[in-house]
Amino acid sequence: MTVTTTSRKGQRNAELMAIDLDLAPRTPERAVPTPITITRDYSTPDRIFRRGVQASGVGVFLLLVAIGSFLAWSGWPAFQKAGWSFFTHSGPVVPGAHPSFGVLASLTGTVEVAFVAMIFGAPIAICTALFLSEYAPLRTRRSLIAMIDLAAAIPSIIFGLWAFFELQPNVVGFSTWLSRHLAFIPLFKVTSPPLNASIFIAGLVVGIMIVPIVASICREVFSLAPAGEREAALALGASKWQMIRTVVLPFGRGGMIGAVMLGLGRALEETIAVSIILAGSYKVTHQILQHGGSTISQLIAINFGSGGTLGLHDLLLCGFVLFLLTLVINLAASAIVNRSRSGAGVDL
Amino acid sequence: MTTTLPPAAPMDPGHPAAYAGTSTLGDPGQIDAEGVCAWFSGRLVLETVNLTMEKSKVTALIGPSGCGKSTFLRILNRMHEVVPGAQLAGSVRLDGVDIYGPGQRAMETRRHIGMVFQKPNPFPAMTIAENVLAGLKFSRISPASKDDLIEESLSKAGLWNEVKDRLGELGGALSGGQQQRLCIARSLAVKPRVLLMDEPCSALDPTSTLRIEQTIKEIADEVTVVIVTHNMQQAQRVSDYCAFFLAEENQPGRVIEAGRTEMIFGEPTDQRTFDYVNGQFG
Amino acid sequence: MTPDGTTQTAPKGVLVTTTSASTQSAPLRDQPAVVPPATAEGMLPPTPPRPRRLPTPIRPSAFGAQDVAILVGAALSALCLVWIVFYQLTSLSGGLGFLICWYLAFLGLTWFGTAQIIERQVATDRVVAVVVVSAALLVVGIVIFIVGWVTYKAVPTIHWGSLFTKDQKNFEVADPNALAHVGILHAIIGTIEQVLIAVAIGVPFAIATAIYLNEVRGFGSRTVRTVVTAMSGTPSVVAGIFIYSMLILTHVLNYSGFAASLALVVILLPSVTRVVEEVLRVVPSGLREASQALGAPEWRTVWSVVLPTARSGVVTAVLLGIARIVGETAPLLFTAFGSQVKNWNPFLHDQGALPLVIWSDVRQAQPVLIDLAFQAAFVLMALVLILFVLARIFSRAKGKGRAKTRPDEDDFLARVFIPIPIEEREEST
Repeated sequence: MTVTTTSRKGQRNAELMAIDLDLAPRTPERAVPTPITITRDYSTPDRIFRRGVQASGVGVFLLLVAIGSFLAWSGWPAFQKAGWSFFTHSGPVVPGAHPSFGVLASLTGTVEVAFVAMIFGAPIAICTALFLSEYAPLRTRRSLIAMIDLAAAIPSIIFGLWAFFELQPNVVGFSTWLSRHLAFIPLFKVTSPPLNASIFIAGLVVGIMIVPIVASICREVFSLAPAGEREAALALGASKWQMIRTVVLPFGRGGMIGAVMLGLGRALEETIAVSIILAGSYKVTHQILQHGGSTISQLIAINFGSGGTLGLHDLLLCGFVLFLLTLVINLAASAIVNRSRSGAGVDL
Repeated sequence: MTTTLPPAAPMDPGHPAAYAGTSTLGDPGQIDAEGVCAWFSGRLVLETVNLTMEKSKVTALIGPSGCGKSTFLRILNRMHEVVPGAQLAGSVRLDGVDIYGPGQRAMETRRHIGMVFQKPNPFPAMTIAENVLAGLKFSRISPASKDDLIEESLSKAGLWNEVKDRLGELGGALSGGQQQRLCIARSLAVKPRVLLMDEPCSALDPTSTLRIEQTIKEIADEVTVVIVTHNMQQAQRVSDYCAFFLAEENQPGRVIEAGRTEMIFGEPTDQRTFDYVNGQFG
Repeated sequence: MTPDGTTQTAPKGVLVTTTSASTQSAPLRDQPAVVPPATAEGMLPPTPPRPRRLPTPIRPSAFGAQDVAILVGAALSALCLVWIVFYQLTSLSGGLGFLICWYLAFLGLTWFGTAQIIERQVATDRVVAVVVVSAALLVVGIVIFIVGWVTYKAVPTIHWGSLFTKDQKNFEVADPNALAHVGILHAIIGTIEQVLIAVAIGVPFAIATAIYLNEVRGFGSRTVRTVVTAMSGTPSVVAGIFIYSMLILTHVLNYSGFAASLALVVILLPSVTRVVEEVLRVVPSGLREASQALGAPEWRTVWSVVLPTARSGVVTAVLLGIARIVGETAPLLFTAFGSQVKNWNPFLHDQGALPLVIWSDVRQAQPVLIDLAFQAAFVLMALVLILFVLARIFSRAKGKGRAKTRPDEDDFLARVFIPIPIEEREEST
């Protein structure tokens, strides 16, 4: 506040006020004023509201903790009994035999199915995302995006039905073709037909199911690539693909990796479609073209209702393993996406 | 009669032209725009622009904001059609060849007519050296000596001394003025015939601005320059010819007057030009 | 213009265009400055004669007749090439393998053709465009095919009279008209009850959590956000066996629809929370500040200002959450267990559901039951589609004062199905 005055008294007042208003120059003895602390005093309804909402947040946290703990607690007896051979050994429950139950076959099967799914699904998804963000005509873009997002909404059991009745017969022919002509690759070797109910087919359908997930994130990331760099590339005489390769893809690298990881997480946990295709087995197999193989989630689903040979605790331990696996992958993916150049701009 | 533009030939600063064409790659070119109109989503924004940009000269496009200067500039190197909903009419001839003729590819045109944008946009994932050579990579030209070309382009842009020992650094690590000069070097490396500049100094500090103006004057022998600028003093300092654009209320933009810079600023024929260059509006 | 008023010829090569015909006799700098015509009244210069006809817009296109010809030519020659290789030269068999070989040959020939006729840069660009377009076509084609296929398998066999009114109690293998005596009423009751209970429990929970993360915030909001992200990736199977191990194994609950609802809540909660949080973020902070400036307490601001503005987005989130949980099978396996008969009580006894009917009936040997499974699949899919369409309609209807921040804004709808991490926002005090 400035005080302008011309009278002597006014001037004297001004000097006094200057001191009061702390306009006087600082000397070492004068302390810097401390800010006042403002306490927020909420009314009772507000306090109830805040507490309630906070309780909800805490509840979610407790729920996650509960899931992890209960599964671990219920599965502990199985681990106690079998030890680490639970994971390194493969075999059904045989009473009296030790070690009896092991999930190695299911673990390898899970990895193999996810591997096939990623090989097929990730490139298709990235190409689809490029199409939607770079090539699709503006007027139809929205409907195309909706249609591809719809693919994420189709229940997995319907994918399983379709795969079983339609995809499988057609792919069996292709598997035969592969096994006959590319048998020098050990993965494609077939020792005992038939070739249905194979990890390859299960991987194919899971691959199709993860396409909308990966495509959706990638599309969002690609559309955030800075327009200035795009224009610069075009103005230098780049073709569309060269522009994409120079500007869009490097920009979207973090987002793409995160998207692929999220797709991987989805592929690892897919239960129903896989259960319809695979029959389940306890043999570790690397021959993905022929029948056989199982995944952890499929193991849980198939063996549950039948009251079968699997102990309940074994199943629950499997569930805990699956839970941990997807938790780690999802958290890692979210960290990668959020910290990358493209993820930082993605306002999800 | 339209002929296709000659394809980009392997470049070597010492080599003579490798083919017979209307002019060799790298010689400054002349642009003749005739009857150019532009629409955005059905709305006419630029009406019947007839303008010639002389070779080896600097032409400035001046006028208040929003009157179509940048739109016109982007029509000159076929960047206008990248915007969805954009249309244009008229003809633009580079050394007699209509760049919008049938069979002409936009990519090809942009190799001959380069552009520097308002906001510096070096490729952040590439090093400085890679940035300079980026245009060559797109056109699949491999120069006889990459290092010589990098040095030559950066020197012309006035950046060589500042970055000569850190060519391996990423392009995004430079200051704003340096980035813009890097963009100029990048555009010059492909030896275009014309260089378009869309308010290149508006986002920069005065020192960088002066340096870039110096660059423009130095490169004018080898490259025809067309520069859009808000800054009338800059237009007076830098350009040989000026064109004054104006969009009156609810009207599309037009060229009101064009001619030598001394005439436009000293003795304009149109009242509106006079008012603009004397700071009455804009 | 020279000072004496005579016009000077313009330098060669520069067209001087003046649209105004008025010429001045004295140099302009000696005249008083005039405000530009557009802003001054009564000073409008004579309007220039407008060109009567503007030239028609030209359409520069990168893809012309020549390019189409190259593509068609490449397709045909690839077909011939692969056919020859397959049938004449080697003993490769046809089908999917033929198709794949044709596609690869097509790409290769397109590249060669374009490279020869035009140039290499365009060739690579063209091949990439073909690959990208065919990938998108493949995905869209598969989606349409699946929807069409389920419809095709189910609709011809539906007995509309019994589908929604009967359950599977009266199924007899030898019955020639079995389809008229069975239906999926039990499944529909089960699905509706389970989903409704799950929504009744989960949605308020989710909205409250979203409000906590976005409006109220506190110490733990960062943790809670990470937790929500983590939980959205939880497999549905795990949700099922979690409820099983926590409630059913310990005999707190039996196999029941209610247990299924609880498992569905575990899946519904993180998805809806994420989307609602995003929707709340879009509400302009100016509204909240205005409300606070009027002296409203926090709960009032949220209840009367924020939520109504975000109403359409919240409704959309709920609809999509429903669409998501309606199709979940795995959690129901361990909780509702499935049943052949209708069970109106979700708190006692096994209950059927649409996915469970599909799951159990499709493995049976009797074709009647397989048909029934397909019919249930058709109903399920129709339900999901209707919910999806409703959600899109709702998202278009703007809540009060909500501004569209991004052009593809309603794409966040799909986030319900996709475990995308939420970005952390800086905490503003």
